[in-house]
Amino acid sequence: MSEKIVTITVDGKKITAPEGAWLLPVCLEHDIYIPSLCWLKEMDDPPASCRLCLVEIEGLPEPVASCRCPVREGMVVRTNSDEILKLRQVAFRLLVSTNDGHCNTCIANRSCELQQIAKFLHQPLRTKRLRHIDRDYPEIIDDHPVLMYEPKKCVLCGRCVYVCSQNERGYKLDFAKRGMDTIISFYGSDIDPAAKECADCLACTEICPVGALSSKEKWRRFIAEVRLKQEQKKQKPS
Amino acid sequence: MKQPTGSPVERLAVLGAAAGEAVERLRQSPVPVIEVGCATCGRAAGALETIAGFEEALAANGVEAEIRRVGCLGHCYAEPLVTIRYPGFPPLLYQKIGPGEAGILVRSFLKDGSDPCYEYLIGALEPDENFPTLMDYPRYLFEKRVVMEQCGLIDPEDIDHYLAAGGYRALAEGLEKGGEWVLEEVKAANLRGRGGAGFPAGRKWEIARSVDKTRVIICNGDEGDPGAYMDRTLLESNPHQVLEGLILAALAIGAGRALFYIRAEYPLAVEIMEKAIAAARERNLLGEDILGSGFTLEVGVFKGSGAFVCGEETALISSLSGHRGMPRPRPPYPAVAGLDGLPTIINNVKTLSTVPAIIRNGHQWFHEIGTENSPGTAIFSVVGEVEYPGLVEVPMGVTLAHLVNDICGGVKDGKALKAVQIGGPSGGCLPVSLLDTEIDFDSLKKVGAMMGSGGLVIMNEDTCMVEVARYFTDFTQGESCGKCTFCRIGTHHLREILKSITIGEGRIEELEDLEEISTSVIKGSLCSLGKTAPNPVLTTLRFFRDEYLAHIEEKRCPARMCRNLTAFYIDLEACARGCDACVACCPTEAIFTTSNRKKAIDQEKCVKCGECVYACPPEYDAVRRVSPPELIPDQGVQPLDSGAGSEKEQ
Repeated sequence: MSEKIVTITVDGKKITAPEGAWLLPVCLEHDIYIPSLCWLKEMDDPPASCRLCLVEIEGLPEPVASCRCPVREGMVVRTNSDEILKLRQVAFRLLVSTNDGHCNTCIANRSCELQQIAKFLHQPLRTKRLRHIDRDYPEIIDDHPVLMYEPKKCVLCGRCVYVCSQNERGYKLDFAKRGMDTIISFYGSDIDPAAKECADCLACTEICPVGALSSKEKWRRFIAEVRLKQEQKKQKPS
Repeated sequence: MKQPTGSPVERLAVLGAAAGEAVERLRQSPVPVIEVGCATCGRAAGALETIAGFEEALAANGVEAEIRRVGCLGHCYAEPLVTIRYPGFPPLLYQKIGPGEAGILVRSFLKDGSDPCYEYLIGALEPDENFPTLMDYPRYLFEKRVVMEQCGLIDPEDIDHYLAAGGYRALAEGLEKGGEWVLEEVKAANLRGRGGAGFPAGRKWEIARSVDKTRVIICNGDEGDPGAYMDRTLLESNPHQVLEGLILAALAIGAGRALFYIRAEYPLAVEIMEKAIAAARERNLLGEDILGSGFTLEVGVFKGSGAFVCGEETALISSLSGHRGMPRPRPPYPAVAGLDGLPTIINNVKTLSTVPAIIRNGHQWFHEIGTENSPGTAIFSVVGEVEYPGLVEVPMGVTLAHLVNDICGGVKDGKALKAVQIGGPSGGCLPVSLLDTEIDFDSLKKVGAMMGSGGLVIMNEDTCMVEVARYFTDFTQGESCGKCTFCRIGTHHLREILKSITIGEGRIEELEDLEEISTSVIKGSLCSLGKTAPNPVLTTLRFFRDEYLAHIEEKRCPARMCRNLTAFYIDLEACARGCDACVACCPTEAIFTTSNRKKAIDQEKCVKCGECVYACPPEYDAVRRVSPPELIPDQGVQPLDSGAGSEKEQ
C-alpha cells in the first residue's frame, strides 16, 4: 500500500485515507457505519460474502462490496442511497429468515452482531414477509472435541474459517455441502484431516458474530444459567 | 520417433504428408470401412452394441471389413450413426443402426455390395449421382460448420486423421510468426468467449500478456448446464483441435503452464484428451522446443469433481488449488492474478476450438461469418420437444425461429411451440413472440436471456412455465456454493415460492417478493452464478405472467402439468368396454371398472403420473386431463360391485 493520502467523498462528507486502503475500514474510522458480517480488519483478502457492505460508487454500474474496494483519489461513495438501503434490507431479511430468532436463550444475546445490524437497519429479527427457513440440521452439533456448533444460528460468514486458516498448526474448519445446506464442518480441506488436530485456540468462538460457535465449557455454563433462570421464573408465580 | 528438421512449417509439412499418406491408404483400402459414432452420446444410444453386432455378423458371413470408432456428428435423433465406406460407393451415412440393422447391412450390402439398404440411409457424405446427399437436408444445408467440421468424420484417437485434414497447420504458422501475431489475429477477429459472457478472448489474452510473470492457460471443460454437451462432444470428437487451440493460446500469451480442466463425469473425454496429448508430444507438437521453434509447453489434464459453480473462473482456480470450489470477488481478475497468484487465462473449449480456424483462414474470413459484433458461429445443443435434437452449429445472427423451425424440424408431434429456454439454467425463457430474436451475444441480452454456453431447450404447449422456473431455480440453488447471502438464501426463497405456486399454495403478494428477491440477487450476488440465477424467474414472470396468475388465483395450471392442480378422468363416451390397458399400467391401482364395464379413476388413489394417458390406445384416447381438478365432470360413475342390483354397500 502506498503512503499517498487521497481524498474521497462518502455521503457528501470529504474524508482522507491512504490510497489503496479498503473502503470499509476507512469509513468505519471516520464514523460512517457500514454493516458487515464476514469482514475482519486483519483480512488481506476479504471474502466479500455477506453482501451487507455494498455501496454505490459514482461511475460504476453496479454496487460493490466496500470491504474490498480500494480507495482512490476523488472517489464518490454513497452508502445510503435508496438502492443500497433496499439491497441491505433484502440481504438482512434473507439472513434472518434462516434464523430461529430465539435470542433470549442464545449465548450471543446482546453481543450479537445480527442484533446490532437489525437496530441499525430498523429491521425486525424475525421477518414476517418471507417464510421462515428451518434448515434441516439439528439444533446443536457437538461432535467436535472442544466446540459446540449451532448450525441454525450460523450466518455462514466464514470468519471462523478465516481465523482457523491463520492458525499455524493448520486449519480444520471449512465450508461443506452446497446451496441452502451449506454448513461449517470441522474437517478442513487438508489432505489428511486426521493428521491435524484442532489447535484448541478457540479463536473461532471469539470472532463468531452470532454465537453459533462456542467452546463446550462456556456453552454448558451458559445453558446451566439459562435453565436456572427458567426454573426460577417457573417457581415465582407459585 | 525420428523428428523432422527445418522450420515449424517445414517440419509440419513432413508430419502432414506422412499422415496424409496413412489416411489415403485407409481410403483406398479394398476392404470396406465401417465407422461407428462412439462418443458418449453414441455409446448411450447403443453404439458399442452396434459394433458387437457388426463384428458378429461379419464373422458369421465371412465378410472382411474394418470397424473404426469415430466421434459424434451431433445428430442425436439418429444415433447410433454409422458411416460405411464401400469401394465403388460414396461414403454412406446410416441412422439408428442397432445390432439387428448391423446384421442386415452386412448381409445385404457389405457382403457383395448389392443393396445399400436405402431404408436406413440418411445420405452420402459426398455429392453423388445415385444417392441423396446430406446437403439435401435442411439440417445440414443451413448449418455452418467451422468448429464441428471434422466431428464424427475423423477418428479422434488417431492424430493422423487430424493432421491429414490440415490439423496443426495453424500452430506451425503461429510458431513461425510468433505469439504476438497470433494475439493480433485473434484480437482482429474479435473472437468472443464462447463460455457465456462473450468477453473478447484477444483482449483477455492481452491483459495476461502484459503481466510479467509465468502465465497459465486453462481450458475450461467443466460443462455443467443440464442438457448441454457441446464441450464434451468437441473434446471427444476432435480433441486435437481443442489442443491446437490451447497451444496457440499459450503461444499468444506466452504461457509456461497449460491445463485442461475437465469434469470427472466425462471419463471418455478425459481418456481421449490424455491420448491426444501423448500423441501430440510424440510428434513434437507439444513438449520441449515445439517443432523446433524454441517454444516449450507441457499440458496436463485435471479432473474436476463435479460442481456447477466450478465453471466460474475463480471457483475453477480454487478447485485447481485443492480447495473447495468457491468463487472469489474480482478484482483481481484471474488474467492478472489467478492460479497460485499467476496471470491465468481460462477459455472455454469452444473458444479454443475456434482459434485454429481463425489462424488458418485469417481474421477477415472469420468476420465474414456471423454478425458484426458477434462474428463466427455458435454451437447449440438443442434438446426438448423438438423433431431433430442434437448439436447444431449456426452462424451468429440467425433467428431463433430459423434454428428451431427450419434447422431442427420444429416441435415434435405437431404440437405448438410455447417457449425456448436459451443459455442454460441461468438463461431466459423466451416466448414465441420473440422468436425473431437474432442469436448473438448482444441481442439475447437485450431480451433478458443470454447466450450462455449454448443450451437450448424447446418447450411445447404442455410445458408449465412456473414449473420450468422452479426446475431451473432448484438446480442453481442446489449448485450454489453457499458463500454469499443473496445466492445461498435468495435462490432458496425463490425456489420455495415457486414450489408453493406450483402446488397451488401461492399468494398473489409473493409475486412481488419474487421480483424483489430476483433483482436483489442479480445486483448483490458475488459471482455470475448468482447474478444470472434469477433469469428464468424474471423472464417467465415477464412473458408468462398469466400462467402465474392462473396458478395463484384460479388454482389452475394452464399446461395441466402441475400435479396438485390437475386431475385425470376417463371419458366414458370414448372408453371402450373390455379394454384393460390403463388398469394394467396404473402403479397405484386407482383405475376400476364401472358398472357399465368401462373404466374410471379413483381420485383418492390417483398420483397423477399420467401413465394411463400413454397406455390408452390412440383409437380410444379416452383419458382426459383437467385443471383445476374440480373440472372433472360428474359422469355418474358406479363401481361394478355396487352397481344396479347389488344391495351391498361398503
